Amino acid sequence: MSDDSDGSTGATAASLPTTAAGETLLEVRDLRKHFPLTQGIVFRRTIGHVRAVDGVNLTLRRKETVGLVGESGCGKSTVSKLLVALEKPTSGSILYKGRDVAKMSGRALKAYRREVQIIFQDPYASLNPRMTVGDIVAEGWAVHADVAPRKGRLQRTQELLDRVGLNPDYVNRYPHQFSGGQRQRIGIARALALRPEIIVCDEPVSALDVSVQAQVVNLLEDLQDEFGLSYLFIAHDLSVVRHISDRVAVMYLGSIVEEGTDEQVYASPSHPYTQALLSSVPLHEPALRGQKDRILLQGDVPSPADPPSGCRFRTRCWKAQDVCAVEPPALVDRGQGHPSACHFAEARRVVPLEEGR
Amino acid sequence: MTRPDLSKTSAPAPGAGTPVLEVDDLHVEFRTRSGVVNAVNGVSYTLAAGETLAILGESGSGKSVSAQAIMGILDSPPAVITGGGIFFEGKDLLTQPAEEQRKVRGPGISMIFQDALSSLNPVYSVGFQIGEMFRAHRGTSRKEAKKKAVELMDRVRIPGAAARVDDYPHQFSGGMRQRVMIAMAIALDPRVLIADEPTTALDVTVQAQVMDLLKDLQRDTGMGLVLITHDLGVVNEVADEVAVMYAGKIVERGTVDDVFTDAAHPYTDGLMSSIPQLEAKGGRLTPIVGQPPNLAAIPSGCPFHPRCSRRRIGAEAAPGRDCAADVPPLRLVVPGREAACHYSEEVLGV
Amino acid sequence: MTDQQQADLRHDEMEAGTTTGLASPSVDVTDARQNSLWSDAWGHLRRNPLFWIGAVLGLVFLLVAVFPQVFARGADPRSCSLSNSQQAPSADHWFGFDQQGCDYLANVVYGARNSLLIGLLAVLVVLVLGVVVGAVSGFYGGLTDTVLSRLTDVFYAVPFVLGAIVVLQSGVIGRGVVAVAIALAAFGWMTAMRLVRSQVIAVKSGDYVAAARAMGASNGRILVRHILPNAVAPVLVYTTITIGVLIAAEATLTFLGVGLQRPAISWGLQIDAGQSLLRTAPHLVLFPSIVLTLTVMAFIMMGDALRDALDPRQRG
Repeated sequence: MSDDSDGSTGATAASLPTTAAGETLLEVRDLRKHFPLTQGIVFRRTIGHVRAVDGVNLTLRRKETVGLVGESGCGKSTVSKLLVALEKPTSGSILYKGRDVAKMSGRALKAYRREVQIIFQDPYASLNPRMTVGDIVAEGWAVHADVAPRKGRLQRTQELLDRVGLNPDYVNRYPHQFSGGQRQRIGIARALALRPEIIVCDEPVSALDVSVQAQVVNLLEDLQDEFGLSYLFIAHDLSVVRHISDRVAVMYLGSIVEEGTDEQVYASPSHPYTQALLSSVPLHEPALRGQKDRILLQGDVPSPADPPSGCRFRTRCWKAQDVCAVEPPALVDRGQGHPSACHFAEARRVVPLEEGR
Repeated sequence: MTRPDLSKTSAPAPGAGTPVLEVDDLHVEFRTRSGVVNAVNGVSYTLAAGETLAILGESGSGKSVSAQAIMGILDSPPAVITGGGIFFEGKDLLTQPAEEQRKVRGPGISMIFQDALSSLNPVYSVGFQIGEMFRAHRGTSRKEAKKKAVELMDRVRIPGAAARVDDYPHQFSGGMRQRVMIAMAIALDPRVLIADEPTTALDVTVQAQVMDLLKDLQRDTGMGLVLITHDLGVVNEVADEVAVMYAGKIVERGTVDDVFTDAAHPYTDGLMSSIPQLEAKGGRLTPIVGQPPNLAAIPSGCPFHPRCSRRRIGAEAAPGRDCAADVPPLRLVVPGREAACHYSEEVLGV
Repeated sequence: MTDQQQADLRHDEMEAGTTTGLASPSVDVTDARQNSLWSDAWGHLRRNPLFWIGAVLGLVFLLVAVFPQVFARGADPRSCSLSNSQQAPSADHWFGFDQQGCDYLANVVYGARNSLLIGLLAVLVVLVLGVVVGAVSGFYGGLTDTVLSRLTDVFYAVPFVLGAIVVLQSGVIGRGVVAVAIALAAFGWMTAMRLVRSQVIAVKSGDYVAAARAMGASNGRILVRHILPNAVAPVLVYTTITIGVLIAAEATLTFLGVGLQRPAISWGLQIDAGQSLLRTAPHLVLFPSIVLTLTVMAFIMMGDALRDALDPRQRG
């Protein structure tokens, strides 16, 4: 694997908070994706745009896990599709080792697609029901023949299955013969097969049973240590994101509203949306019941086809003032020690302190 | 079918009244082409007016199937209720004619589902569908039914109810659709509301709103609430009592405070330690090993024993308490707490 | 979690026992061999009696078509004597005689070649046209889809038989067996295309297709490895049934005077000619109808078995 990369992007990212020191692998700058809304069948005309992703900045360093949290429709899944080049950005750039992915083609794009893999949410839909587990895991080698020599691919497939905790003798089985957690392991083995640098995990444990979630989270952590992987971990479960992430970015209606280390975002959230989000998570410890700061948001998330002017969150925000409707707040440090996109950012403890188990 | 012996069922919840719903030794199986799937294997519980009982379980635990059996909405075939009784206000629903059952289901017991969009008919306005409850069960006139629909939409806090009564389901957001479902479910003032994963499809901020609404409605009407969920956090914040299900059986039952603070069954214990915390980063997670059980071939003895770290088999086991051979009954371990484990005392450390 | 996943989970809850079989895994030791869909499908087909019944029947009809003289019991379909007209079946002449006094067994046997040729050829064209046009239309979408779908609609607008009549009347492709097959297929492929197109559209939005794309797989690979295996099942079943329809349609064309004409021999011609004599000589319709039904059944059985074999979820 090529460890050496264009180091020029390291400097721009240095100002952002970090805990893991590593070179910058991926840098997302002002990323936007607007899907056209069309009408008509034969003669389509565009009647508007859904601003699914509307100005996202992210940095991912080597061996680091960045968590991206947000509710459904906030655009986090579109970010994942943009990162693995399944969608083309409307504007902005994704710099991988200093090179813009949108401008890649041919060989460079193919190499990028080898080095950046994705794990999907739904273990039922993400595996081809008509391929054997062995074929699924080895498919990447058929596309990128240089990764594994043709001879010995079966053995390597079995090694991978063993590594993700599946019986290597299952190569000739089909996905439907496995449970959800096991299928997710197959998806992880498929991603690992190409020896990637980065794995984009798009809600990898959301569809799994509680008792199985922890198995997969642990596996992902072990693999990260063993192979030096970097993760972009997208999820709506705030507890899981905190557990696995070094840094966390909170997304609302297409843009990031707050970013920082897990401690900064969870213990001293300064954006009202982050506070409301944290406050809504039900805690499972009876001792902590009722200790949370109760913030009950009113109303629903506005449509990304017609987002509010200024601050996106102002329609549901209890702090909103006139300035919020006019001026979109920038994602900068407002004296809290980490960036927050709120004109009136103010740290507030929402989640009670740990009581210990 | 005789009335079950009440003394063996769980301790009453705080502030509980008389039981409105009793499920006694319910068995449900699915007879499929490839064999018999034992979805529910002897589930018993009672629910008092005003009480909230959470049924906690993972997929395949039988928690939804048991609720569907109560509502009489099992797909049969392949599902068959093979034993047990479902008592509503003392009368066994299963022994009554279909007509009598229908009179209970709706006005007596009603249910809300996880997927509000597919539970609502897309071609009728929500007001019409809510009003349908009154027209079908009480013969209310169209005009009157619509008026009641608006009242109910107000009650479930749908903003601008009067203006939205003629809107169609697709014009509502997920949270609002769930409120419409709740409005339909409480329309006839049921004594028992069964909520099957009511907030699983919703975002956390909306989940908090809906759970709040359910709690307030329960306080106002005094109905019993059966909350079926896999989310330990929701159970902790909403329920009084909890029954933990595994492989079609209740493996532990007690107050939420007791069970969640100090579990008496290794499965409950495993669940508690396998979920990450919100309030701290915490160390490495401790998952439960293995996969959920195959309901067509449930392990012998204790169904959890292949995944259990405390199992005792053969020479290790006390006589008659071999985890791989002897089925542990759901028994009283300490006052107010039942568990189906041979070694619950050790798990609890009492 | 999306609604779909929830549904799947619930489904899983029901089916948990029936499909996973994980509590007691029967470990099959790998023999350093990697199975593929096709080798597994063949392994499954081999054990399916339905497939063998269909295959044996099909093979018999194929042999009849290739070597009719072997099966005609020495009779020549064209040596006829009017004195035998419409004679009922007998020990010497199993199928009796037709109106011209020709041995009917020989006629039915010699008819197999034309009928099977027309049916198989037409169905092949239907399958190829349907799969190719449907797959391209569904996979690429956009303008390609719009153009191809409208084109399909144009063919739909022309009644099946009327279209075939126009093509055959024009004489551009002649009036022989191949011409009839092409004329039939040209106006019979649209349903297959629709089936494939809708399946491809459903399958291509799947996560596993996205996974392959994200991995850098080419369009060709995605179509062949991921989309088509998951999209062809309905069209396989449809085409096996269509064989019968096409063989029978040939008779309609003959009736209208544009299909095969005597002295050509085909089941369609025989059924058509026998219709008017149904009351006096029912065997003239009965025998060709029976063999036609058996042929269609043979293909339906093979198609059904193939569909099941290609779906791992249907295998034991």
